[in-house]
Amino acid sequence: MAECHPVGFQWVMEAKARGAKLVHVDPRFTRTSALADAHVPLRAGSDIAFLGGMVRYVLENDKYFRDYVVAYTNASVILSEDFRDTEDLDGVFSGLDREKRTYDTDSWQYEGMNAQAAAGQRDMQWEPRVSEAGRGEAHGSGGAGIGEGHPQRDPSLEHPRCVFQVLKRHFARYTPEMVERICGVPKEQFLKVCEMVTENSGPERTTAFAYAVGWTQHTVGVQYIRTASILQTLLGNIGRPGGGILALRGHASIQGSTDIPTLFNLLPGYIPMPHAHSNEDLDTFIEAEAARKGFWGNIRAYFVSLMKSYWGDAATEDNDYCFNYLPRLTGAHSTYETSMAQIAGDCKGYFLLGENPAVGSANAKIQRLGMANLEWLVVRDFSLIESATWWKDGPEIDTGEMRTEDIGTEVFFLPAAAHTEKDGSFTNTQRMLQWHYKAVEPVEDTRSDLWFMYHLGRIIREKLAGSSEEMDRPVLDLTWDYPTEGPLDEPDAEAVLAEINGFDGEGNPLSSYTQLKDDGSTSCGCWIYCGCYADGVNQTARRKPGRDQNWVAPEWGWAWPMNRRIIYNRASADPDGNPWSERKALIWWDAEQGTWTGHDVPDFIADRPPDYQPPEDATGPDALAGDDPFIMQADGKAWLYVPAGLTDGPLPAHYEPQESPFTNPLYGQQRNPVRHLPPRHPDNRYGPVDGEPGADVYPFVATTYRLTEHHTAGGMSRWQPYLAELQPEFFCEVSPELAAMRNLEHGGWATIVSPRAVVEARVLVTERMAALVVDGRTLHQIGLPYHWGPNGYSRGDAANELLHLSLDPNTHIQEAKALACDIRPGRRPRGPAAVALVREYRERAGITDETGTEV
Amino acid sequence: MGVRTWIGSWPVYRQFTGDDPLGRGAAAKSAGTERIRARVSEADRVVKSVCPYCAVGCGQDVYVKDGKVTHVEGDPDSPVSRGRLCPKGSATLQLTTGSAREHRVLYRRPYGTEWEPLELDTAMEMIADRVIDARRRGWQWESEDGLRVRRTLGFASLGGATLDNEENYLIKKLFTALGAVQIENQARI
Repeated sequence: MAECHPVGFQWVMEAKARGAKLVHVDPRFTRTSALADAHVPLRAGSDIAFLGGMVRYVLENDKYFRDYVVAYTNASVILSEDFRDTEDLDGVFSGLDREKRTYDTDSWQYEGMNAQAAAGQRDMQWEPRVSEAGRGEAHGSGGAGIGEGHPQRDPSLEHPRCVFQVLKRHFARYTPEMVERICGVPKEQFLKVCEMVTENSGPERTTAFAYAVGWTQHTVGVQYIRTASILQTLLGNIGRPGGGILALRGHASIQGSTDIPTLFNLLPGYIPMPHAHSNEDLDTFIEAEAARKGFWGNIRAYFVSLMKSYWGDAATEDNDYCFNYLPRLTGAHSTYETSMAQIAGDCKGYFLLGENPAVGSANAKIQRLGMANLEWLVVRDFSLIESATWWKDGPEIDTGEMRTEDIGTEVFFLPAAAHTEKDGSFTNTQRMLQWHYKAVEPVEDTRSDLWFMYHLGRIIREKLAGSSEEMDRPVLDLTWDYPTEGPLDEPDAEAVLAEINGFDGEGNPLSSYTQLKDDGSTSCGCWIYCGCYADGVNQTARRKPGRDQNWVAPEWGWAWPMNRRIIYNRASADPDGNPWSERKALIWWDAEQGTWTGHDVPDFIADRPPDYQPPEDATGPDALAGDDPFIMQADGKAWLYVPAGLTDGPLPAHYEPQESPFTNPLYGQQRNPVRHLPPRHPDNRYGPVDGEPGADVYPFVATTYRLTEHHTAGGMSRWQPYLAELQPEFFCEVSPELAAMRNLEHGGWATIVSPRAVVEARVLVTERMAALVVDGRTLHQIGLPYHWGPNGYSRGDAANELLHLSLDPNTHIQEAKALACDIRPGRRPRGPAAVALVREYRERAGITDETGTEV
Repeated sequence: MGVRTWIGSWPVYRQFTGDDPLGRGAAAKSAGTERIRARVSEADRVVKSVCPYCAVGCGQDVYVKDGKVTHVEGDPDSPVSRGRLCPKGSATLQLTTGSAREHRVLYRRPYGTEWEPLELDTAMEMIADRVIDARRRGWQWESEDGLRVRRTLGFASLGGATLDNEENYLIKKLFTALGAVQIENQARI
């Protein structure tokens, strides 16, 4: 955090000055470690074992926050008799189809229920839900039997099939000895961390987990976060001040680009993009996606309001509010599938809007091969990044694998405007929107992406005007009449923000998503952002100085939802509505006024008393009891066990990375059985598993990371002289032992080889990369900052060349944080010899297109 | 300059006779230092902004003089950052005004070996034509198993995560209306 989010880290240091203890768990020693009370180096790719060991410690030693766990989680819920755990099936869960590499999730459900997820793969329960619905209508019962009834609970937590007992059995084998064996963390050090965390949790204290998004970059990335969620929920550290699991995201508005997604599987506000189904209409879509209880119960109002924002008067009740204007998914269409579709020739045109996949995406060569097979490519950026110039100076030109004269891709480079040259909002990592104002006009051809998208849409609509073709209706019916201003006809960003916020039937700005209607009388471009333009005022531009308000600082910017700064903060009070402790008070029930109140905006129905019990037949928000803090969950509770929404298991299990020099000591199952492997490609081969012949060809673990002085793939930092001077070129970090073993000289060159690529880097010999003892063997890890590419002032090979495409099955995110490789002294070969070296390694390891693709 | 004035200008003299006995303030200041003005003090305007690098969201003050950005500093009002910026945030002036920025549209024709200039308006027209064409050629009314999909696989987009929310909103809205599904972002990477 000190390394990648230095200014945010000032608050950690403030806490430390007031007595907080700081533990840093990371394979490398960084600026954070230097300031921590303890640095715990572990093997990259082993975090589930580490966190799972902590879960076991909490359960075995009765360190959990029992009142919180019983009242606010699904610990007491009884699971279906059909469920089989990894304990029963040697590392896989019930429902695995080895042929299709998918799980049938039916057996993961609660006893007698069919729950809906608050996020994730909501559509996976489409068939059972909708087919049941169909039967229900056929029998004239007036509705679907979806999620009817209430989960069976055992508040004593003793029932053998209750979540709590399942959890205990599941994590029983994650002993301190096993943690030491898998992670390379000595048992005593691990137990010390367990003690520090548990001593600092409970009614009087809270512990926070902060992770940089490296946790997500594994074939089990989502399950990393899940393990931390289980731990934090057991300790009562969610929804309370000083608690939580904080994703320290790395881009100014990366939270915003998930909320208002430019992601294939989402519509704004986490409404899923519809999948193709037979006989699907708006009703069945809503039926499949809605939760019976909680605020997802109102998804129809959110969705219809979005359709009204998109298609205005054209969206009517009679045409399902243009539901059929939405394109349909058939499986994943993620960025890596897009590259494969480019290689296959299906995807012909590509927009890169401030993104540099030629060095910034995993297996960068696959990205370039995709772009080389396009008909056209539009690159919008500040400088001539690698994704704009690969056709004349990319690595494949050097190796002779491509010739510029043979590449048919037409490339448009359009210079982008900077944030100082446009109005707009960023959403930071704590869900807070902050407005930035235009300081100066962009010069010459530089333009904002708002300008580009608006005018591109305008021109396309002009060209298609008069078309009577059905496929053109959604474009022509689109509301696309934003006011423009100034000499460049810049669209008014505030008008777009107002559309995102939404309007009532009279055209007045809405102030809350609870005002949204499902009858077409309201519009809202992103329901969770509703209220950011309340009263016609740009709430995101509020700048009351921090020193003039309380510590929550509610009048600086605007946080979704409803300006709530700590989400699920009903959990900061006990079931009766009183703070768990004065020290950790955040919101509480004011019985006299009949309302929730406190330092933060309550993330709960304002006037719902703590003892409220909903009627049996209530649905949506009306079905939330006064002690259901997790208002987006289908049962109002935090999920220790996940009955729906995940593709790879209701509980986390430690699996080895796709490429690992070790055998999984926990289970017979080596890797995540449903990890997402894209179609096979000769440039995306995987290394052999530990124990197979050839595994020793790639004996080391490499991990990638960032430095303070650069920004992701470098598009905004390698061209800046100050930053280039501070970190002038690509380097690798190795331990003195590894340096001695492989004759690597400090300040000299090293060549790093994976089954896909070879790169060279300057050598930094440092004790910061400690050798670990894992499963009785010494493991050396190689640290690779990934900011580089051949362009700009600060140059070097891209670490992302080395990576493979083996993805998390929930998110389709690459495993960037742990892979197998070899390292040798000296510079890498040039020209065709570079390709030959990679091939020679692969042959020596006996790698085929089958290697590493086992279930 | 009289002797008295000359001696009186010595820092050590001022340190012993003035109210700065430790010599860390006024006593150590020279006439030259007195004349120095911060670049920001001559700005015409200060514009409130937010750092464009990571997701902490530090406040920035953008100083403008004669229609040009002259400096970018941390905003002391921000409860997030209290005026601090990291090395990247401190390099914002170079990011926004540096010589490495391109200001003109560049065009590489198919099989071409060099960039060529192109008018922005022409580029926009050409890109719009290509979108319409790729969209049609990649159009699917039905999937392979006969389900209605109403979409195009003909073009795709990948956005960075330092775009504004309003920009992302228009990207998703327009491309979805065109039937594209391969709309992606750094958020997945």
